[in-house]
Amino acid sequence: MNMPDPSPAALRKLAPVLTKRWLSPDAWRIDVYEQLDGYMALRKALTADPDDLIALVKAAGLRGRGGAGFPAGLKWQFIPQNDGKPHYLVVNADEGEPGTCKDLPLMMADPHSLIEGIIIASYAIRANRAFIYIRGEAVHAARRLRNAVSEATSLGYLGTDILGSGFDLDVVVHSGAGAYICGEETALLESLEGRRGQPRLRPPFPATHGLYASPTVVNNVETIASVPYIVLGGAAWFRSMGTEKSPGPKIYSVSGRVHRPGQYECSLGVTLGELIELAGGMAEGHQLKFWTPGGSSTPMLTAEHIHVPLDFEGMASVGTMLGTTAVQVFSDADDVVYATYRWIKFYHHESCGKCTPCREGNYWMVRILRRILSGAGRPEDLDLLLDTCGNLLGRSFCALGDGATSPVTSSIKYFRQDYLDYIEGRREPIFQDAAASGSSSEATDAEAELAGAR
Amino acid sequence: MRQASPKAPSDDKRWRMIDARIRRLGSSPDALIEVLHTAQEAFGYLDPETLAYVGAALGVPPSRTYGVATFYSHFTLKPQGKHTCVVCTGTACYIGGARGIIKRISQDLNIGPGETTEDKRISLLTARCIGACSLAPAVVFDDDVQGKLSPDDVMTHLEQL
Repeated sequence: MNMPDPSPAALRKLAPVLTKRWLSPDAWRIDVYEQLDGYMALRKALTADPDDLIALVKAAGLRGRGGAGFPAGLKWQFIPQNDGKPHYLVVNADEGEPGTCKDLPLMMADPHSLIEGIIIASYAIRANRAFIYIRGEAVHAARRLRNAVSEATSLGYLGTDILGSGFDLDVVVHSGAGAYICGEETALLESLEGRRGQPRLRPPFPATHGLYASPTVVNNVETIASVPYIVLGGAAWFRSMGTEKSPGPKIYSVSGRVHRPGQYECSLGVTLGELIELAGGMAEGHQLKFWTPGGSSTPMLTAEHIHVPLDFEGMASVGTMLGTTAVQVFSDADDVVYATYRWIKFYHHESCGKCTPCREGNYWMVRILRRILSGAGRPEDLDLLLDTCGNLLGRSFCALGDGATSPVTSSIKYFRQDYLDYIEGRREPIFQDAAASGSSSEATDAEAELAGAR
Repeated sequence: MRQASPKAPSDDKRWRMIDARIRRLGSSPDALIEVLHTAQEAFGYLDPETLAYVGAALGVPPSRTYGVATFYSHFTLKPQGKHTCVVCTGTACYIGGARGIIKRISQDLNIGPGETTEDKRISLLTARCIGACSLAPAVVFDDDVQGKLSPDDVMTHLEQL
C-alpha cells in the first residue's frame, strides 16, 4: 500500500491533550488515571474561588465543542448566583451528528477526565447535581461511565464533602433512547425530565430556566473534559494551541475515504489537507470530491478548500461551520446527490415534529430528491429544493431544521451538474420505481435501495 | 396526591425488576424513560400492558407514556427475536459497505430491516449512526459493537450468537 508519511508541518499540528491517555489501555480505571496525573486538577481547583475558575476558563478562550462554539466561561458566568435555586450541570453526550465519533471514544478510553471536568465545572457554577445525558445506543459507554462514577464516589471524589472541601456533588448517568434531536440542549432537558425530546422556546435560556426550571449549564463532553487541562496548564498554555479566536486542541473525527479513519487531536486551525496526511492519505484509487467539516449539518466543501483552516472563523469565511469537527471525506466514487438524499432522509426521520417547516420541509425534500434519483426529476426541481430550504432556514424552531438545509444548498452550489445529470438523463437512475408511486415506507425504501444498481 | 402504587399484572419475576427500578428512581414522572429502558430490557419490547403499568406507577398519563415510547426509536412496541443485529447505516458505514451487509443478511436469512426470522432467533435492525464512524462498517450484535466487518464476518457472527 502506498501510504506516504505525513509532512512535518502536518505532524506539528498534532496536539494530544485530551487524547493523551488513550494509548494507555487501562486509563479508564481510577488507579491508572490517578497515576497519569488524574484528579490533580481537581485538588488544585477546589482550593480556588469558583469565580476565579470561571475567569480562568474565560481567559483560556475555551469555546463549546458541541458545534456552536459558544464561549464556555461566558455560559458559566450567566448562571445567577445566590438565587436560592439549585443549579445543574448537564453534559451533552448525545453525540449523534452523522460522522461524529469523538465523545464516545473519549468516554470509553478516559471517562475519569470527563468526571474530573464535571466536578470542577460544577464547583465553579455552584451545582450540586450533574447529569451526563448519553445516547441510548451507546450501552457500552454508559456502562463504563457508571462504573467510573462509582469508582470516583468510593474514593471520595464524588458525594459529600469532596476531598474535605465541603463541596457536595452527585453525578447521574442518564441514557437517552435514540433521538437525534436530544442533542439540542433544550430538547435534551425535556428528555431528562422524562418527556418527548422536543425543543423549548427561548428565552428564557437554560442559564436561568433550564432543568426543572432552574439555572442550568449544558456543555459538550469535549468542552468539559478540556477543563482539567486548563486548570493544570493555565490559560496561556491553552492559548498556545490553535488560533487567537479559536484556541486549544480539538478532536477531529476523520472518516470516509482515507487510509486510517479515526480521531486526530490537533490544534484548532489544522487544514483538511493536513488531516488527510495524518490519516495516511486518501484511500487507494480515490480522489477527494467533497467533504463535511463538522457533520452533515455543516455545508459541504470541495477539493478547493483543503487549505482553509478548520477553526470557527476559517470555516465561517467559506460559508460553512466548524460544527462537531466530524470530517467526512468523500471521493469521486461517491454520489453527492445520493449522499444528500440519505442525509435528508435522516433529518426527515429525526425531525421531532414540533414545527411545520422542519417536519414538512424534510418530508418534501426527501420526495423531491427521490424523484431526481428515480430519473423523473424536473428541471425546476432544483429551484424547488432551494425554495424549500429557504422556508426552513431561520424559520424552523431549532437548529436541526437549519442544519437540514446545509447538505442540500451546498451540494447544489458546488455540484449542480451532478443533479442535472440525473434530471437530464445522462445518469442511470438509482431507484427503479417511479417516484409517483409515493410510497416511502422504510421497508419499501430498503428494498428499492437493495435492488438499485449501486 | 399520587394513589397507592398499582399491583403488578402478574407474578412474573421481571415485574419485580421494574418495581425495584421505579422505587430507586423515586416513582417520579421524570423517571419515565429510565423505567421504560428497564421494562424493555426485561421483556424485549413494550406492550400495552407494560405501558399502562409503568404509566400508572409513575403517575404519568397514558398519552405521555405512549408518546414517549413511540417518539424514541430505541423503544419498540413489537416483540423482537432472541438476538438483535443492528446494522449502522450512517454515512461512513454506508460508504464502507453497510449496504452489502444488509443485502447479505436479507438474502441468507430471508428478512428485511425491521423484521425477525421465522424461528424468532434474529431481528435485523438498522441504525442511522451509532457513533462508531472510524470502525465503519459497524454492526451491533445484541450489546456488542463490532467494526470493519465484511458480509462474511457478519454471517459468522450471527451463526455464533
